[in-house]
Formats: sequence, structure tokens, C-alpha cells
Amino acid sequence: MARVGVFVCWCGSNIAKTVDVEKVAEAASKMPSVAYATHYKYMCSEPGQNLVKQAIEEHKLTRIVVASCSPRLHEPTFQRCISEAGLNPYMLEMANIREHCSWVHEDKEAATQKAIDLTAMAVAKAIRNEALSQQEIPLTKTALVIGGGVAGIQAALDIANAGYQVTLVERTPSIGGRMAQYDKTFPTLDCAACILTPKMVDCASNPNIRIMSYSEVENVSGFVGNFDITIRRRARSIDMAKCTGCGVCYEKCPVKLPSEFDEGLGQRRAIYVPFPQAVPNVPVIDREKCRKFLDDKCGACQKLCPADAVDYTQEDELITERFGAIVVATGFQTWDPAEYGNLGYGIYPDVITGLQFERLINASGPTDGKLVRPSDHTVPKNVVFISCIGSRDDEHGYPYCSKVCCMYNAKHALLLKEKNHDAQAYVFYTDIRANGKGYEEFVRRAIEKYGAIYLRGRVSRVFEMDGKLYVRGVDTLAGKPVEIEADMVVLASAMEAQPDAKDLARKLGISVDEYNWFSEAHPKLRPVEVLTAGIYLAGACQYPKDIPDSVAQASGAASKVLGLFSKPNILSEPMVAEVNEDNCVGCLLCKEVCPYTAIEAKVLVDRNGNPIKTVSSVNEGLCHGCGTCVAACRSSSIQLRGFKDNQILAEIDALAFSE
Amino acid sequence: MKYAYFPGCSLHSTASEYDLSTKAVCRELGIELEEIPDWNCCGATSGHSLNKEVGIALPLRNLAKAEEMGLDVVTPCAACFNRLKSADDIVKRDPAMLALMAEKYGVNYKGTVNTLSLLSVVYGLGVEAIQSHVKRELAGLKPACYYGCLLLRPPDVADFDDAENPISLDELMGSLGAEAVKWPYKTECCGASLSLSKSEIVVKLTHDILSMAKRSGANCIVTACPLCQGNLDMRQSQVEAKYGEEFGLPIFYFTQLMGAAFGLPDSSLGFNKLMVNPGAVLAAVGSEGK
Amino acid sequence: MQIMTDRLTIPEGRQLADRIGDLSGQKIASCYQCGECTAGCPVAYTADLMPNQVIRMVQLGQDSVLESSMIWLCVGCETCATRCPRSVELSKVMDALRETAVARKSRVREPAILTFHKTFLKSVERMGRTHEVSMLAEYKLRSRDLFSDIFLGMRMFLKGKLALVPKFIKGKDEVGRIIRNE
Repeated sequence: MARVGVFVCWCGSNIAKTVDVEKVAEAASKMPSVAYATHYKYMCSEPGQNLVKQAIEEHKLTRIVVASCSPRLHEPTFQRCISEAGLNPYMLEMANIREHCSWVHEDKEAATQKAIDLTAMAVAKAIRNEALSQQEIPLTKTALVIGGGVAGIQAALDIANAGYQVTLVERTPSIGGRMAQYDKTFPTLDCAACILTPKMVDCASNPNIRIMSYSEVENVSGFVGNFDITIRRRARSIDMAKCTGCGVCYEKCPVKLPSEFDEGLGQRRAIYVPFPQAVPNVPVIDREKCRKFLDDKCGACQKLCPADAVDYTQEDELITERFGAIVVATGFQTWDPAEYGNLGYGIYPDVITGLQFERLINASGPTDGKLVRPSDHTVPKNVVFISCIGSRDDEHGYPYCSKVCCMYNAKHALLLKEKNHDAQAYVFYTDIRANGKGYEEFVRRAIEKYGAIYLRGRVSRVFEMDGKLYVRGVDTLAGKPVEIEADMVVLASAMEAQPDAKDLARKLGISVDEYNWFSEAHPKLRPVEVLTAGIYLAGACQYPKDIPDSVAQASGAASKVLGLFSKPNILSEPMVAEVNEDNCVGCLLCKEVCPYTAIEAKVLVDRNGNPIKTVSSVNEGLCHGCGTCVAACRSSSIQLRGFKDNQILAEIDALAFSE
Repeated sequence: MKYAYFPGCSLHSTASEYDLSTKAVCRELGIELEEIPDWNCCGATSGHSLNKEVGIALPLRNLAKAEEMGLDVVTPCAACFNRLKSADDIVKRDPAMLALMAEKYGVNYKGTVNTLSLLSVVYGLGVEAIQSHVKRELAGLKPACYYGCLLLRPPDVADFDDAENPISLDELMGSLGAEAVKWPYKTECCGASLSLSKSEIVVKLTHDILSMAKRSGANCIVTACPLCQGNLDMRQSQVEAKYGEEFGLPIFYFTQLMGAAFGLPDSSLGFNKLMVNPGAVLAAVGSEGK
Repeated sequence: MQIMTDRLTIPEGRQLADRIGDLSGQKIASCYQCGECTAGCPVAYTADLMPNQVIRMVQLGQDSVLESSMIWLCVGCETCATRCPRSVELSKVMDALRETAVARKSRVREPAILTFHKTFLKSVERMGRTHEVSMLAEYKLRSRDLFSDIFLGMRMFLKGKLALVPKFIKGKDEVGRIIRNE
């Protein structure tokens, strides 16, 4: 005979303002099988929980109902609480009288009655709860980091240095990501390559890190601790074991193409490394542009390679392995400012993006670090930097702020002056967002020491006339429209999600927001996790951010992985499907409908090994407890633990027959 | 193709050459125009500037009439186009406003008519189709294509070409054998309705446009709006006097140039009504502007 | 109670912003004063208030904005509405300010422009269309600006651009009623 204890929470005034909590407790005390009912201001607090534990002991309670907030918030709290008092944690039921009641209604009388009904339903269900236990599932303690930018690199290093194997998958031919494209970084003006390449080399030489560059994640299945992932290692057409990185091949390649690394301002060859400090320092052949692959001509690289490393017959390789945790660090791309027809991007060659400016001033860039105009290679004197290009613009771009542009505009204004002492920077801004350590001081330095002229307002039009760019904007502080005769215009283009972010999210089974940034589990309290266990986020793929935040988040994600790996195994969620093998006729309809491929056919044998019948069998690790199989089963042979048919029907009865 | 034709007030007076040339060119292209019977002024700038509802009711009366004709509306005047289309968009999105128009203003419109600018209809025929009517290429003509404001803005009302970097008129000129110049003032405002009440603004803005057109190598300007044409043409000598500069740029309606290229008689194109004499420029391309 | 009365007083409630917002159909609070409108406005060079300042005054409930010259100088070129990153159609806000200024009999800083609009609509009210000659004549008389453009007028007449005989449409009474708001 069950002895149910009911605990009704006030939740301060969150519940009590709309629900008469005392009345609910009183009504509960009269419900069938309820041995004890009470109410308290904050059930989840320490005294609240002690109240529960004491009552369990005093009144010999065997089932507990907590009428309070959503189980999503405190189910684990109360499960822990009652197990400390000696009960099986699954003897707990929660009636949500907050999110489902007090927070959505205003009529106190009706809300109180509803709360009583919800509690009665929970009591009816609790009586039929069964003791459940978590299973131990083995976990593979290797990590996969998707994305080889600074965030991915940091996460990989942290996990590897803790002693675990990490595979770092990077889509482009080299790791390094966006940071490798930058010249100097704010606010310290550290050279990006100088501080990044040591980390890149660390990754390459770390025995626990395997870099798979020019590779992509093809397929993901499984669950936390046991992800089965297929990675496509694309054919570089170079034997990595033989290549010495001498560079003769790309020196002599006749095909010239716009370089992605130089944001279209420079060129690369059909066989290329993206930049001189590439890791691995092994070229790839762009088979879509290489003459050998297109018309079976040329072949110069193979002829000239002193190490005989060029292999045109190489094929993509598909590698499937098991990983215990995944860190997603796939970064961002920049918005195409050609959307703003009035600013002339894509029409006038001297209107460029911030990232293109970065390449122009970088010593490994298309002009060896000489800042010159793309149109005529002369040195620009007046350079206009425009903020919020595609950011903070619901009409033409994205409503959000891209966070880093105010800072890099100040940086560019400063570096412009260093490259050319006669130059004058004009920065059009709407607001200045300089809220990192040393950031505000950095912007003031650009203005006060480096003479950058900051104009508050946007730009309405840029056009070219006789080799000069005319910028028509406004300074709202002086209260007048402004025209500047410029040599170059730099647009601080918005950060946006990678074009295939949504596809990757689908492969991984995680969510994206409306802009295709990956969704964190909780924006304030769980910024490096997602709602799927075992997958973590690092860097700008979650939302625009700068390098310090990306690195911090990467270490955060790594620490979650290490937390996972520090346990001997994973405890499974017991509220999964369960087959009554006596009843099951083996129609396998449940297997057909299961969205997680968690059900297999199983042949029952007698003691001599002769097959008796086929039944369904649930892989408890893969099962998500969605209940689709339960709905499909024609003989009620498959049930969801914790949500069995008799429990649900009892809830319905309790509701239907209430007074 | 048949359309309900809305000329607008200026096409019956100060811009009568636009009306003439439109009719001539449409006849040649097989576009049938039936003038909306008893049409009224669309309200232009003054309507919506003083009263929102009047600014909708005036154009809507014309759309209701076109609806009775069972035809879509085409209008050569950019301002009329913008007023008709704006009013149409508003009532199509706001049933309360549509009902108000009927109850308070007696305008019974059901919302079934489409409104188009003449340029979009002509351009919609395609460059090849236009080229097939060309009897005399306008080689040597270097027009600065001036689109003005209301033909293209705001983009969700105008729903035609590109509001920042339009190309329809340029391509149309190209199909006639003319060489449209690249210039940055395609859509800069001329001062519009301030011509009488604040002419100094119009003089300044038209000076900027004329000067930029000349600087870009144009020998004429082609327009699709009577107000733009009016300001640039009629005030050109005043601008020259005030700024001490010489322009001598004839301001054509695109339909006049099309007519000239199609070999239509000059009398049907109204070149003689232009204030800045187009004679010299047209002579260079083989048409006599009288 | 305000002590320094020569400073801007921000009135309680949002009457002006609400009224202008309702009439124009625009969200006045959306504007974050980026100045894109001012940057592209063709008449801003000669106006007393910049376009962004006009909507700022509405946000701050300043009725004095109804007496600015900017609201009359606006020609409705729609450059602001096309480029605004907050999707505010400032051109419609200007319309609403004009309508409100007339309704409240505020001081009109550009009387010639209002005279022009009124004359224009008077012509339409009488005839159903504008008759340029009579409209011009009436405008010149009302604005007491008799002689400017007189040579231009003559040249236009000689070119046959000014139709002397007005055309009264059949539905002129209908149109008259529309304009009188009946």
C-alpha cells in the first residue's frame, strides 16, 4: 500500500500569488493514499528539502509528489533529495503548478482548482511508479573537435594535455581559421600569426592530437560517450608522408585563381597551401581547377616534385570511429556587403571589407603588407571606415550587433597611421562597443594619439568619380551631413553563421537559432553546452565574439569534456522503452517507427539454442524515451518506464472524476 | 497587351510631349492604351503631404475606374505611379482602410488591379523585342540615364529594377544603339515639387545633376518622370546663369528617344516642346529635332 | 517641477509620439538616431533641423518640431525610407507632422510651400485635375510672389506647354468632396 507525501511549494509569490497553496495542500491531504500533505515557501531550498526528508522518515512515506515548478528545473534536485532519505529517486512525481498554472492564469479560484487537479493526477501516477535504476554505459574517452580555428585549437590542446586523444577536423587545407588571416589583434597589437602559430605547431606535435585537415564530418550517429562518426578525408592528391613542404609545386603551377585566404584580393594556384605558416605544411590540389583533372594536361607539379609526393590517383577516404565527446568550433563567415547597393561594394574595387583590409596590411598578404589601393596600387591617404554594415540592420541584414567591429575599426585606424604617417582615418560609428579589458582605452588611443576622426552617424552613399571615392554620411553630433573625399572605404561587415551551419546541426542533432548560430543549452548558465549530451560549443559558431572570449569558451568546453571523461562510465536514463517479451509478437512495427534506430529484432532461444520467437529489443543507450513505439504497438507490449499506460490512464481518471 | 492608361495632369499640359511620344511608341510596340475615362489628379505630392486619407482616396478613385474596365493600369509619370501603387498597397494590406475609402469617400475599389510604370512595361518586353523595332540606331547619343526618386523608391512599393543601382533605362538605351554613360547620380533627387515654392533648392539640386552628367561625359539626359524632366529642362538656363556654367544638355523622355530610333515621325514625338534645344544632339544621330 | 526652464522639458506620457506614430503608421521608438536619413536627404543642407533631429524631437515630445522648416522642405523622395536600418519610413512621419501642424494651426515656417500645396489641391477640388495656368496664377497671387519665373512662364507658354483652357472632369464634384473630406 503506497504512502504518498505531497509537498506544495509557494515559490515565494510565483505560485502563491495566483494559487491558494494552503488550499491545495489541504485538498491533497484528503486524496487517496496520501499519508501526509504540507506546504512550504521554497521547497527546493535546504530547509525545504529537509522538510521532505524528515517527513519521509516520520511518516514512512513511499511515494513523493512535489507540486511546484517544472520538472525541467528541479526534478534532479528532488530525486537527489529523496534518494538521500533512502527512497528510489524514481518514486518522485512533480506536478507543475507554476509554468503550467500560476504563470499562465489570472483567475485565482480557477487556478487553485487546476492546481488541485494537477496534484491529484500526480498522486494517481505516483502510486503506480516503479523503482528504476540507471545503467552503466561504457564511454569512449576520445574527443572530436570540429573546426581548427583558435577555439578548436585551444579546446584540442586542453583536452590533449589532460591525457586524452583528440581528433581535430578542419575543412580547409590548414588549421588556423580566421585568426590566421588577421594582422595584429586588439587591444595588445600582438601579431596574430606570432601568437597563433605556436599553438598550431603544438597541435601538430602533440602526441594526443591527430589533425585531419582538408576533411569534413560526413555522418554522426550514437549518443554521449558513444558517438559513431564518419569523417571524409578529402583527397589532397599529395602523399603526406613524402611531402617535405619545399613549395616547388605551387611555385610552378600555371593556374592562377583568386585566393580564399586573401579574401579574393590575392591569388593562389591550383596546387596550393593557403598561407606560408600552414599546418600541415602540405599542399592540396583543387581538382575543380587543376588542368590535370579537367583536361588531363600539365602535370608539372608531379614532374617537378623532388619527393615524388604528388599522387593524382589519391581518393577520398571515409573513416568511421567512435568518440565520446564532440566540441563544435566551426566559426563564422562575413556578410556580403553588396547587399547595400548604395555603398558600392563589388562595383568599386577600392571599397573593401574589414577582413580584406586585414589581408592588405598583413605581411603575408597579397601586397606583402604594403597598404595600397586595389584599383591602382597607390598608397591611400584618406581612408573611411564604416561601422555596422549588415549589423544592427533589420531591414537589409541582421538585427544583432557583431561585437568586434568597433574594436577592429579602431585597430585599423591606428594601423593605417603606422603604415602611412600622412594618412587620415575617418570612422563612421553609431555606438562604440568597447567593453573588454583595455578596450575603451584602446579606442581612445586611436582617437587621441593616432588622430582618427570619429564621426557619429551612418553613410548614405559612396560613389567613385575620377579615381576618388566620395563618401556622403552624417555627423549627428555636429548636426550636419558630411562629405569625405576618400582613397579607400572599408566596410565593417557583419559576422554571420557558416553557410552549412544548419546542415551540421542536423547531422549532430543540435539546434540553431534564427540566424543559424548554434543554440547553447542556456544563454546565461550553460553557454558552452547544448541540449544534446556530449556535444559542446566553442567560439564564434555560437555567436559573434572576439579572440579572448573564443579561447575562454574553448577551455570551458574542454573542461566539460574532461568532466565527462573523468567518470568511469555514463549513467543511462532509465525512463526508456521496455519490451514485455512474453507478450511481444515480433511484428517489429516499433522498429520501423523509432526515430533513433534504438530498436532491433531479437531472437529468443530455448535452453538448447533453438529459436522460440522473434521479439523487439530496445538499446537503452540510444532510446530517447519519445514514446513513438508505445503508440505504434498493437499489443501494448512495449511500454515507457515511468510513463506506463496504467499510470497515464490513472492520471486521466483522477482528472475526470475529480469534484 | 492592353492597359488602362493613366496619363496624369502634367502629361496633358507641361509634359504633353511625354504623352505624345508614349502613345506613338506604344502603338509601334503593340501595347494598347485605353485612357481611364474621367480620371482625376492622383494628388501628387500635395495630396499625401496634407492629408493621409485624401492622399489615398484621390489615386484610388482611378484604380476603381480601371477595375471597372477590367484592366491593369500603366502610367508614364513616376509620381503618379508611386501614388497609385502606394495607395493600392495600403488598401490591399489594410481592409479597414479599404472599407473607409468606400464609406467615407465613395471610392468602391475591390483591390484587383495591378499598377505599373510605363518603363517597367516597356522594359518587360525584353531588349531583343525592342531592338527588333529599331530602324535607326542612336549611335553617338550618350545619355545620362536619370531615374529620379519615385520610380524606384521605396523598393517594396516600386517593386521594379534596383533602387540603388538601376539598369533598366540604361539597357533600354543600349537596345536603341545609344551609349548610356556610367554616372553616380541616377537616383539623386531633383527637388521635385519645390520648383515653384522653393525654386532655389531645385536650382541647386538640378545644377548638381546637370554638372555630374556633363562631367561623366553625357551629351544629354534621358528621364522617365515629367517633374524631373521639367526641372532639368525648364530651369537649365537659370542654372547656367546662376552658376556661370554651360551645359546645353537636352532632357529627353525615354519614349521620345525610342520613337526616334523606331523611325517614327518627329511630329509624334514632341521634340519641339523641349526647352533646351535638342537639335544639335539629334542631328548627330540622324534625327532632326524641330 | 522643472527648475531650469530653459532646458529641454520632456513631457510626461507619449502624446506626440503616439499621435504621429498612429497617423504615420511608423514605430517612432524604433529609431536609434543613426543619421542615415540625414546622410541621404537632398534638402538637409538648407533645413533648420536635420531629418534625424525631427524624429528625435518627436521621440522627446517636443511640439516645437511642428514649427520647423524641415517638415515642409521634405519632398518625399523616399531616400530615407529606403535606407533606414530600422525600417522607419521617415517620409510618412513627415507627412503626419505636416497634417498635424495644419490641424493644430501651428506656425508654418515655409508658408510658400503650404500655399503651393493648398493651391494645387484647390485646383483639383474645383476641376478634378490640376490646371497649371490657373494654379500658377493663384499661387503667385497667394504667395505674393508675382514676378519670379515670369520669363520662364512666357517661354513655356510660347512652347505650348501651358494649356489655357482648363478641363473640368465629369466627376469633379466627387473629387471635390474627397478633398473636402466629406
